Amino acid sequence: MPSFKRPNALIDMPTHYCPGCTHGIIHRLVAEVIDEMGIEGDTVGICPVGCSVLEYVYFSCDMMQASHGRSPAVATGIKRANPDKFVFTYQGDGDLAAIGTAETVHAAARGENITVIFVNNAIYGMTGGQMAPTTLPGQFTQTTPYGRDTVREGHPIRVSEMLSTLDGVAYAERTMTVDPKSIANTKKAIRKAFEIQKAKKGFSIVEVLSTCPTNWGLTPLKALDWLKENMLPHYPLGVYADKGGNE
Amino acid sequence: MNKVLMKGNEACAEAAIRAGCKSYFGYPITPQNEITAYMSKALPKIDGGVFVQAESEIGAIHMVYGCAGSGVRCMTSSSSPGISLKSEGISYLAGADLPCVIVNVQRGGPGLGTIQPSQADYFQATKAIGHGDLKIPTLAPNSVQEMVDMTVKAFEIAEKYRTPVIILADGLLGQMMEPVSFGEIENNAAQYPYGAYGHGNKRERNIINSLYLDPLKLEEKINERFERYAKIAETEAAAEYDKDATIVVAAYGSTARVARSAVDKARAEGINAGLFRPQTLWPFPVKQLKEATGNAKAVLVSEMSMGQMVDDVKMALEFKLPVEFYGRQGGFVPNPDEILKKIKEISNN
Ligand SMILES: Cc1ncc(C[n+]2csc(CCOP(=O)(O)OP(=O)(O)O)c2C)c(N)n1
Ligand code: SF4
Repeated sequence: MPSFKRPNALIDMPTHYCPGCTHGIIHRLVAEVIDEMGIEGDTVGICPVGCSVLEYVYFSCDMMQASHGRSPAVATGIKRANPDKFVFTYQGDGDLAAIGTAETVHAAARGENITVIFVNNAIYGMTGGQMAPTTLPGQFTQTTPYGRDTVREGHPIRVSEMLSTLDGVAYAERTMTVDPKSIANTKKAIRKAFEIQKAKKGFSIVEVLSTCPTNWGLTPLKALDWLKENMLPHYPLGVYADKGGNE
Repeated sequence: MNKVLMKGNEACAEAAIRAGCKSYFGYPITPQNEITAYMSKALPKIDGGVFVQAESEIGAIHMVYGCAGSGVRCMTSSSSPGISLKSEGISYLAGADLPCVIVNVQRGGPGLGTIQPSQADYFQATKAIGHGDLKIPTLAPNSVQEMVDMTVKAFEIAEKYRTPVIILADGLLGQMMEPVSFGEIENNAAQYPYGAYGHGNKRERNIINSLYLDPLKLEEKINERFERYAKIAETEAAAEYDKDATIVVAAYGSTARVARSAVDKARAEGINAGLFRPQTLWPFPVKQLKEATGNAKAVLVSEMSMGQMVDDVKMALEFKLPVEFYGRQGGFVPNPDEILKKIKEISNN
């Protein structure tokens, strides 16, 4: 159901994101889901350290800013003490899959009843485009100036696949936001993840392949093409875990 | 009042629960494991009780950040190497003005050091617990009874001033068994109105945050926080001390118990010695030390470290009195005769 008005869960103001950055779309999708489920008053969002560090400014639900990578632990603290509230984290790939790997894996293994929105743009956006744990083999970044060499720099991590091996993970899906169809799909996945949380089924994660035109050195449109050509083969879309049953 | 025989660590946990702390996040490390074990047994039986054995001390302190940030009274405990890992979270807790209690049952360092008792984290607790301009009120119990009383006090200070509070114990206090009374501990826990727990469409949104990109706002925030620190320094500094002594022995925690025996022995031998025992390390009880040393010709500091409290003593005395040091490291507790010997040396000078 396309809606052209600003979701209530987002505050009416310009964001600080670069033109063509897909962070803004993903914010909006989370906010639309919060609106549609009518849970703004019962939701606490946690923003990471990364380009979305100022997310707490934009959302109209209660918000917490967490230190780099620790959001899943922060979410655990909130959710355990307030089990009937909705808690979501919103994390970049450096935040979630490098510095915060332990917090992510263990929150997932414990089956914490939280929802993680994972924005995978294959790079560190905020600090100026360094290698991320998701940077592709051969990809040029500030700290892989000769291209990521898997012998020297290791291999990218496929987070959804990795987490889906854990019994605590009730839902894991990888999506993207490159066109209306994939955007609608991403919203469906986010809704599903929040429904899983509502049903108290365990850890849910939606990994969204995202663009960083600024640090990829591409125009917004070329960045979308680059994502499809390079990220999709390495990070196949799909549902990797679903213990939600059909509804 | 009924007394029960308990280990310091267990007494601390029981006191926290009686004071209304229903949420605990920890990670095993000797010599504080009894706190974690006690909480894991007691909390699941309490309505709304939360116990999580985290993946690390980093995980545990950030669970505390989330829990306190959602407005719920909570605590964590650890020992020296684990406190180093918590330092990131402690800085964020201070930066977001969140109350919580952090217990450090100190062991020896640096590095893995030893599991034996130590007091070598004084600098860490009082001067360098995390990055940024911050202070953390630090309480120093010297008995199992004070493990109880100071745990209750720690929550009170934490919530009154919106700050994390550290209880700086040591392995000896944690493991020692003594009769202890819980008296009438009041459970006055209530969800903090500034917590982020869902606004319920009834109030403005709450934001828990330590980021201030506008220099004016950050400076203003830090100044406001330091006004609170000034109030804490004025009202919460505490010490127990003898008056009119010529030689003052300054010691805290377990070492203060030994120093007490040494001072009593010295007095029995006709030396006018006295004990000064800080119960808060930050704020350091400056006024109290001045009063205790009104007649003194010298001060002897004794610690299970290389002498980390010495600087605070010298500064409190404005460098007007000679300050000597006697300490043991490696897990040794100074014994009364060693301290007595040092008192005699000073007395004969
Ligand atoms: C403890 C700590 N280490 C490093 C940084 C610096 N830092 C800020 S954001 C960031 C990486 C963010 O990348 P990512 O999580 O992929 O998010 P993006 O900016 O791409 O959205 C780093 C390393 C920090 N703020 N804190
Ligand atoms: S640097 Fe990249 S991730 Fe960050 S806002 Fe700009 S385009 Fe988006």
